[in-house]
Amino acid sequence: MNQPAISVAYMTLLRRDIILAYRNRAEFANPLLFFALVATLLPLGIGPDTELLSRIAPGVVWVVALLATLLALEGMFRADFEDGALELMLISPQPVAALVLAKVTAHWLVAGLPLLIIAPPLAMMLYLPVGALPVLLATLALGTPVLSLVGSIGVALTIGLRRGGMLLALLVLPLYVPVLIFATSAVDAAAAGLPVSGQLAIMGAIFIMSVILAPLATAAGLRIALN
Amino acid sequence: MDTVASDNLVATAELTARELACTRNERQLFSGVDFSLRAGEALRIDGPNGSGKTSLLRLLCGLGLRDAGKVQWRGRDVDDDRAAFLADIGYVGHANGIKLELTAHENLRFASALGRSKPLSTSSHALAAVGLKTMSDTLCRTLSAGQRRRVALARLLMLDARLWLLDEPLTALDTDAARQIEAMLRAHLDTGGLLILTTHRPIDLGAHPLKRIVLGV
Repeated sequence: MNQPAISVAYMTLLRRDIILAYRNRAEFANPLLFFALVATLLPLGIGPDTELLSRIAPGVVWVVALLATLLALEGMFRADFEDGALELMLISPQPVAALVLAKVTAHWLVAGLPLLIIAPPLAMMLYLPVGALPVLLATLALGTPVLSLVGSIGVALTIGLRRGGMLLALLVLPLYVPVLIFATSAVDAAAAGLPVSGQLAIMGAIFIMSVILAPLATAAGLRIALN
Repeated sequence: MDTVASDNLVATAELTARELACTRNERQLFSGVDFSLRAGEALRIDGPNGSGKTSLLRLLCGLGLRDAGKVQWRGRDVDDDRAAFLADIGYVGHANGIKLELTAHENLRFASALGRSKPLSTSSHALAAVGLKTMSDTLCRTLSAGQRRRVALARLLMLDARLWLLDEPLTALDTDAARQIEAMLRAHLDTGGLLILTTHRPIDLGAHPLKRIVLGV
């Protein structure tokens, strides 16, 4: 038969969402702008105390990245829900979890990856030691996909609600806490010249677990939401 | 249930639904809905607004959950092999399911990757069949409501689906476009396809038998 392979369906949906994001790019600039603004304003508000800034830099970068992700999260399935594309996705003969993974990947490429790109200059503005930058990037590279994946479960569960934004935050933020703790602890340790392999290993484990389990949970959540 | 009778029915009917029931918001929309459909036959779901026509369609394609009843497709329960059943259906719901920021051509191309595409079907053929040949590279945002509806219906022609489930397919269509869609539906039935639809407009399917069930009575 002519049913496309799962990988073809995955790539097609990924490409579609990237094209759509490109054509709607103004919408996706907001969370990024938020990230840049907060990280820029904070040193102005706190004052030029180099030591203090460099001490809070890992936490600031991570908390702001987390909130920026949360801001972008709601849009993950919103348009598809409203125009009926989500229904078609659910009744596709392809495994829904694979399609969900494609959508989350696209979302991360558009909303998560840019955070990685602008994080180093912002961290430098906060006097994060240059030696800790690679670790900061590593935690963001492992952590932001987890934020998107775990967030997708919350989005699926709240998509049918008219004002689901607050509920989404309440649902998802507790699940973000472990990522935040291990990520900032890794960057702190790196800044102090201590080994970080333990924290990174745990973040890697969280990442792998989310890749495997979150799409299944999201697919089930979407099914319930659209019933 | 007497198995002999149901076996006979299954032997000739491609799609059989038995004792379907649906409850929404604690209100029973319908119960005990039975029908069977053979190749080349169409079924029209009638009933007043809010009687559950859309719910029945969604339930058939698996978007809605059944409270009771069974659906068999080619003699097999649809729950046994969901993917095979889903590959056989083409659904156009109330929402068009097309992306306004994509062109008509892109919409069809991406949609066909999600299902089982028909061999040798191209988006330009599909768009020509619904009268949108010249619009293939226009962003759907700039199309009218009727044209968007036609893009959604053209998706059916990209898929190798035997069973079409259409929720008000003629909404927003002008008379000429409605005629084109009717011709498309007749061609589908001619090739042994099955069709289930809801519509408030009279629909001309030529010589093909049009069964009716009425909900909410």
